[in-house]
Amino acid sequence: MANVLEDVGRRTLTELDYVGSLNIQLWSTLRAMKSALPLVGNRYRWQATVRQMLQIGYDAMPMVSLMAICTGFILAMQGASELRRFGALHYVIDLVAVGFTRELGPLLTAIAVSGRSGSAFAAEIGTMKVTEELDSLRVMALEPIEFVLAPKYLAALISVPCLTIISTSFGIVAGGLFMFFSTRLAPFLYFRYVLESIALRDVITGLIKSLAFATIIAHVGCLEGFRVHGGPDSVGRSTTTAVVKSTFLVIVADAVFTAIFYFTVRP
Amino acid sequence: MPIISIRELVVEYDGRRVLDGLNLDIEPGETMVLLGGSGSGKSTLLRQIIGLERPKSGSVIVKGCDISRCSSAELKKIRHSIGVAFQSAALFNSLSVEDNVALPLREHTRLAPSIIDLMVWMKLAVVGLADFGKLLPQELSGGMKKRGAVARALALDPEILVLDEPSAGLDPIVAAELDELILLLKQAFHMTVIVVTHEMQSAFQIADRIAMLHKGIFTSVGTKDEIKASQDPRVRHFLDRVPEDLANAAAVAAHFEKYLHSQETYQ
Repeated sequence: MANVLEDVGRRTLTELDYVGSLNIQLWSTLRAMKSALPLVGNRYRWQATVRQMLQIGYDAMPMVSLMAICTGFILAMQGASELRRFGALHYVIDLVAVGFTRELGPLLTAIAVSGRSGSAFAAEIGTMKVTEELDSLRVMALEPIEFVLAPKYLAALISVPCLTIISTSFGIVAGGLFMFFSTRLAPFLYFRYVLESIALRDVITGLIKSLAFATIIAHVGCLEGFRVHGGPDSVGRSTTTAVVKSTFLVIVADAVFTAIFYFTVRP
Repeated sequence: MPIISIRELVVEYDGRRVLDGLNLDIEPGETMVLLGGSGSGKSTLLRQIIGLERPKSGSVIVKGCDISRCSSAELKKIRHSIGVAFQSAALFNSLSVEDNVALPLREHTRLAPSIIDLMVWMKLAVVGLADFGKLLPQELSGGMKKRGAVARALALDPEILVLDEPSAGLDPIVAAELDELILLLKQAFHMTVIVVTHEMQSAFQIADRIAMLHKGIFTSVGTKDEIKASQDPRVRHFLDRVPEDLANAAAVAAHFEKYLHSQETYQ
C-alpha cells in the first residue's frame, strides 16, 4: 500500500513538474516573442518565423484539406443515415457547418499539426541538444528560447488558425458535395443554409480553440526537445512523447473549452 | 591578474563528485591545456569555465566576475569575450559554414552586411576554409568541421578561445594541422587559449602550461617540462600509458562468493 501511495505521489510530482516547466517556458517565450515580430523585432528571427509558417502551415495544407474532406463526408453520411429516418435530412447542413466550425475544424487541424510539426519541433531541438548546438547558442550569448522557440511559437499562432479556417471550409464543402449528390441540393442554396446556421460566436470560439491548441503543440514539442538527455535514442523517444502528450492535452483542452463555451456563451 | 581564476570548485552529478575542490589561475595570453583521461572531469571543468553549468560550491571568476553568480547582463558581456569550439564542432546543420560564422556578427554587431561578409571570409581564410563557406556542415570532413567551429569561435575576436578536444577523432596529419592553427592564432591574435585534450603529443606541442586532471582533482599543474619531469605516479601512469586495473580482483572474488553462497542457500 505504501509503495502504491509512494508511486502515486511520485507520478503526481512528476506531472506537476511538467506542467510547471510548460508554464515557465510559455512565460519566457512570451517575453522573448517581441524579437520574432516583424518591423519591431530582429529581422533574422522574423525570417525564421516565416520559414516555420511555411513548414507548419503551407506544407500541411494538402494533408489537412484531405482529412477535412474525408471527415466532412463521413459526418454528412453518418448524420444523413440517422436523420433521414425522421425526415430531417436538412439538419445535416447544420450538423456539418456547426460541427466543423466549433469543433472538428480546430481539432482535426490540431491533430494533424501535432503529428507533423509537434514531433518535428521535438526532433529538431532534441538533435540540437545532443549535438551541442544549444550549448553553442548559449556560449554565443543567444538564448535558445528566443532563438529557437519564439519563431516556432509565433509561426504556430499564425498558421494553426489559418489551417483551421481552411480545414473548416473543406469540411463544409465536403458536406455540400454529399448534399448535392444525395439530394440534388444546389450548392448556392447549401452555402446560404450554412451561413444561416453558423453564428459569429461559433467562428470565434473555434479560432480561440485553435490558438490554445497551437500553444499546446508548440510548447509540448519544444519542451520535449529541451528535455532530451543522452544520445539519438532519446531524441526518438522525445518525438513520440511529444505527439502523444500534445494530442492528449489538445483533447483535454478541447473538452475544457467546449464546457466553458457551453456554460458561458449563450445563443 | 589572472584572466580566469578557479577557486575551490566542486561539481557533483546526482551526489557523485566529478570535480573536487579545484584551484587554478590562467594568465592572459597563455595557452593552458587541461589534460586528462576519459572521465577525469576535463569537459565538466570546461563547461564550468564557459558558464554552461553551475557548481555545487566554489567559483569560476572570468575577467573579475564570478560566472556562476553574475547577472545575465554580465554573463552576456563575458560570453562576448569567449569563443568556444565544441568537441562535436556544433555547427548549425541548417546553415552554411559562412552563415554559421556570420551568426554572432549578425546578432551582436550592427555591421553592414558587406562588412560582415568580408569578416566572415577573413575568419574562414585564417582556418583555411575560404573556399568552403557555401557548403553545409554535413558536406565537410571532420577536420574541416572543427576548423569551421574555430572560425565561428573567432568571429567576435574573443579574448579567450576555448577548444574542447580539437584533435579528437582526427588523423595525425589533420590533428597536427589543427595544432599549428592554434599556435598561429595565439601568435596572431594574442588571445588566451584553453584547450581540453587527452592527446599528449598535441598538449606538449601547443601548451604554455598544462593542468593534469585525474578523477576530478589536479594532480599536477606546470609547464611542459615540469609535467614531463613529474614523478607523481598518476601523471607518470598517464604519460607512460600504463593501463589502470579495470577489474578489481577483490570485488570480483566477493561477488562470486556471494553468488555461490546464495546458490547453496537456494539448494
